[in-house]
Order: sequence, then structure tokens, then C-alpha cells
Amino acid sequence: MHNFITYYIGAGFWGSLVSSIIPLVFILPFALVAIWLELKISAHMQDRVGPMRTGKWHGWAQPLADVTKLIQKEDIIPAAADKALYILAPALVFVGAYAAYAAIPFSPAYIGSNINLGIFYIVAVSALVVIGILMAGWSSNNKWSLLGAMRTAAQLVSYEIPSSLAILAVVMVAGSLNLNDICAAQSGWFWNWFVFGKFPFLFITFIIYFIASLAETNRSPFDIPEAESELVAGYHTEYSGMRFAFFYLAEYANMFVVAAVAAVLFFGGWNSPFGTFLSGPVWGVFWLIGKGMVLVFIQIWLRWTLPRFRVDQLMYLSWKILTPFALVNIFAVGLWVVLRG
Amino acid sequence: MAELRTEEMVLNMGPQHPSTHGVLRVELVVDGEVVVDAIPHIGYLHRCFEKHAEVMSYQQIVPYCDRMDYLGSMNNDHAYVLGVEKLLNIQVPQRVEYIRVIMAEFQRIASHLVSIGTYGLDIGAFTPFLFCFRDREMILDLFEMTCGARLLYNYMWPGGLSHDLPPGFVEKARAFIKHFRPAIKELNELLSYNEIFVKRTANVGVLPADIAINYGASGPTLRGSGVKWDLRKCEPYSVYDKFDWDIVVGTGEMGTLGDCWDRYMVKVWEIEQSLRIIEQALDTLPEGDVQAAIPKRVRPPVGEVYVRSESPRGELAYYIVSDGSQKPYRVKGRAPSFSNLSLLPEISRGYLIADMIAIIGSVDITLGDVDR
Repeated sequence: MHNFITYYIGAGFWGSLVSSIIPLVFILPFALVAIWLELKISAHMQDRVGPMRTGKWHGWAQPLADVTKLIQKEDIIPAAADKALYILAPALVFVGAYAAYAAIPFSPAYIGSNINLGIFYIVAVSALVVIGILMAGWSSNNKWSLLGAMRTAAQLVSYEIPSSLAILAVVMVAGSLNLNDICAAQSGWFWNWFVFGKFPFLFITFIIYFIASLAETNRSPFDIPEAESELVAGYHTEYSGMRFAFFYLAEYANMFVVAAVAAVLFFGGWNSPFGTFLSGPVWGVFWLIGKGMVLVFIQIWLRWTLPRFRVDQLMYLSWKILTPFALVNIFAVGLWVVLRG
Repeated sequence: MAELRTEEMVLNMGPQHPSTHGVLRVELVVDGEVVVDAIPHIGYLHRCFEKHAEVMSYQQIVPYCDRMDYLGSMNNDHAYVLGVEKLLNIQVPQRVEYIRVIMAEFQRIASHLVSIGTYGLDIGAFTPFLFCFRDREMILDLFEMTCGARLLYNYMWPGGLSHDLPPGFVEKARAFIKHFRPAIKELNELLSYNEIFVKRTANVGVLPADIAINYGASGPTLRGSGVKWDLRKCEPYSVYDKFDWDIVVGTGEMGTLGDCWDRYMVKVWEIEQSLRIIEQALDTLPEGDVQAAIPKRVRPPVGEVYVRSESPRGELAYYIVSDGSQKPYRVKGRAPSFSNLSLLPEISRGYLIADMIAIIGSVDITLGDVDR
């Protein structure tokens, strides 16, 4: 896609601008759709109907109305806040989530930047989000925000390790860090997907990655940094209006990043599940987004089912359960790769 | 390495905090996230109930009783009217007492449902909260068809009731019970025995029985510590002695006896006991009048009376002094939430802030009841 655009517009400033704006064009509607889905899915899980009026058909315009409201709201900066950090934090959080889209292969033909360290890059820029959250918590000059930010730091060191180890196992099997290559290694029917490969080790790896990714997106049962009933709203307690919307948007953007990465690593990415049926560069976009959305649905489902962990329980889970399992998995997968290829 | 200099932080939790169940303010002294001390500050919902009661006639006080513990209005009224009737030395028809017990038990279920649902919310589970409120709505529908109100009923009057049961009430109540039993099972699967929920609540906020008794705790808070004390059984009032039911106590099966899970679970089990009482009362509901013959202007003889009752939150008592006039000389309410709240510093030291939320929720206070 990048080639396609540069072919027509040229590789200069405009070409780069257009190809970097395309993911943004995806994120904004995606976040709105995901918010609407979350409203409706949670409502139906709870014996409610959710929004029904806005936009006539099943309240489809509710997220639009929410965003319009947030744009109109007054932008409040607390008098005692560290102003520069306070303003910078939501932007940084959003950039972290947004930059990850550059390396996600939406189809064999469209990948923002086909770098050979794709998955490594995504892990690295996603960690930027945490710095933004820490900045937000610190600069708000609010004790609840600060506690939320401290919890984020604790959560970061806990989930990053099992998550990275899980990714490493897949990389060993695929023999590449490039996400397009990882997808290509799973082509054919769905039993070629890595989630079924080296059974059951990569399946366990997927479970580990998925749990860790829930922690990465600060979603229930690991929504500890923003634990509404404990810390009021955690790190974004003091934020209002559009700055708050940025945190909100980043959360949903991040949800899709981790879901897409899971789809690429374990579920064949842009490959059709049925061999050559409906496969190709254009259908690839459909399959990747479809698989990502199924995982997003599972995230939403879990959020509205499970209570929240305590911060020390999250660390216990990460260090004493997920990390050892991930290490054993890496060992087993590595042995398998060395002995049987 | 030089010793790291750390200091404690004072954190103001409330009165505007999502999980303090109203307008409770807790001054937390925290070391990192560990609670060193918790000092509850109350009074944000003080409405001068006791002073108001001194300038009202006996009947006019009933709506004020409604507003004490706004989640257990029927129970508040029940205790108060029993006190006034004792002062007047009158007997009300049996049907009145049966209906009062049915209403009080329905109210207990509704109150426990709020408590259980919001407790799930405190722990981070949103869905059980709405399931509980769905079922509570049905109870409120029953109340509405009886007396027209959904929260503050003014239904029990000294000497009787404001209305008789409407036609169809008994059938609707039975239909509710039929619907509700499986709903409790669903709640248990979704929340009570959920691994994460148990991990969050077991072994947290442990309240030993002796401390509970010393602080004057009552209700599920006391029974969660394994003390078998329920005024409906131990000092039966109204017609509670005619029904067959059990006092449920905490068992400590998930952790230590008297932890948050026990206090929570006692409420879930109590719902089943209340259903048993209601079923028996509906079966044996006598016919008759719902208003005893009492004068319009009540003038009790000079004297005083102390009535105790078991509200959803514990021992609710009224001390009523009459000087022979139309207005009571003094009405003192002994609120269960007030005594239970005083336990808070005792059971929250050394736990994390996240546990603090679990502890406040498990003690189950209504700020209207604490401040009156």
C-alpha cells in the first residue's frame, strides 16, 4: 500500500503523510464502533437494551453524540497541575497506541511500514503508553491519580515479561520478527494457524499472551490503574473534555492493537481460514479486522463478567504463574523447533 | 545505600467517592497503598430525626422513620410502630402483623440485593449489580401496588396499615419467589463463588467475634463472624415466632471466619431464609381488618418504651418517651449502621486501599442510618 501510494503521489512529504493518515482514518471509526458495541453488548449481557434513541436505529449514533459532547466541554487544567506534562500526557498516550498501527499488516499489500522488526517495534511503542499514563498521574497533582499511575508502573513490569516471552515463542516458530512473514508462515487452511501448531504449547502461549494483553490495555479484570470504584477514575481523574476523550480513544485503539497482534501471531493474520477461499490482498483486510473484532468481543465479554484483581494479585499472577509457564513454553517450543523443525 | 526516606500520606476518601455508599468520608493514612489508619467522619447526611420527632405527633413521625435507613424503610417503620403500640398498650389484628412481616422480609431482600449488588460493583463486577437491581425492581413493584410508593412507603401506621393487600398480591408475590430462587443461584455462580471475587474478599477485613460484640455490631456484620444472634429468633417480636427458619452465620469456608466474604455470604443466605418466612406467611395469612380501633389523636400514657428489631443491617431500636401529650417527649433511634461503622478502623488497618473498599462495602452501611 505504501508502494502504491508513493507510486502515485511520490515518496516525498505528501506520500508519507497520506500513508500515515490512513491508520488514523481507521482508528477513529473503529473506536466509535467499538464503543457502541461495548454499550450494546454490555447492555444485553445485563438484561438491558442499551442506547436505543440516538440515531433511530439501536442508538448507533450514541458514540458520535458522546464525542460531540466531549469536544464541547470545558478544558479544565487544575491550578496546581504541572501544566506542560499535563497537556502532553494524553497526546503521548494516544501516540503510543497510534504508532503501533504502523506495523500491523492489514493485508499482504497494505502494511504501514514493512520493517523486519515489526513485532519488536509494536511491543516497544506500546510501552510508551505507560509513560503517558505515569505523566498524567503525576502532573494532575491529585493523590488518586498518583496512586493510579503507581499501579500502572507496577502493572507494566508485571505483564510485559510474560507477554514478550509469549511473543518470543511464536517468533521462534516463524523464524522472523516481521509480521508479514509471520502471517505468510500460517497460510493455507486454519489448522496451519500457530494457535494449533506445536500443540498444545502454542495454544498455552496464546492464553498467556491474551491474559497479559488484557493487562496491557488496562481492561477488566486488570483495570487496576483506573479502578473506578477504588481510585475514582485513576490517572485520568482530573481530565475533562477532549483530553479525556484522548485517553478513551487510546484505550480502544490499544484494544484493537493487542487483538490484531494476537490475530497475526496466532490466528493467521490476513489469511483466510479456508485455504484460498476469499483470500487475497483485499479480503485480507476483512479477515484481519474480523479476527481482531472477535478478540475485541472477548475482551468486552470478560470485562462485563469478571470482578477486578487487586494490584498484588496481578503481580502474583504475572510473576508466579504466567512467567514460569511462558518460560517452560519457550523451552518446549524451542526444543520442538530444534529437534523436529 | 542510604535509607530511603518515606512518609505516610493522608488521603481523603469521600464524601464524594464512588464507593463510600453515600456521603461517608474516611480519612485514610496510607503508607504507599497500605492503610495505616482509617478514621471515618460522619454527619454529612444528618437530618435531625430525633429533634423533628419531638415536635410531631406520633403518626407524623412514621414518614421520618422511612427516611432513616432509606433502603429498609419498612423495617424502620415496623420497629417504630411496634414501639408506639406497646406504649399505647393496644393489640393489632393478626392480619396486620402478618402483612407487616411479609413487607419487612421483602424489604430485607430488597435491601440485601442493593448491598450485594453494590458490593460486586466495589470489587469491579458490574453485571451482578444490574441483575440484583432487576430483581429488586420486582419487589418494589409489589410495594407500589400495595401502597403506591417505591422507596419511602409510610405504610405501617400505629394501630395498623395504610392499605390492605391489593387483589392479586399473593399470586404476584409467589410468582416473584418462583422467579427469584434461580436468580440467586445465578448470582452465586456469577459472583459469590467467582475465583477472583473470593480472592478479593476472603481473608480480608477479618472481624473476630469478640471484637464484633465489644463494638456492638449486629446484623450480618455480627453473624458473619459466626455469632448466632438474630433478634427475630432470640427475642421474637411481631409474629416471627410462628415461622420455621434458621439463623445463618458465617462459616469461614473460603478463608478466615469473619472476613469480608463471610459477611457478604451471610446476606445471600439470609435472602433464602426471608423467602421461607414469606412463603409461610403467605400460606397462613389470616383474614381480618387491617386497622385496630385507635383514636385519631394518640395520647399514650406517661411512660417510656424501648423496642428492638432486626433491620437488614442489624439491631434497630427505638427508645420512645411519652409525657402524656400528643407528641413524644423524646425519640431516640439506635441505628445498626452507626455501631457497625465504628468497627471500620479496627478491621481495616494493614490492608491495601483496594481492600479498604471491600471492607467498607462488606460492613454494609447506609449513611442515612448512620447520621439519621
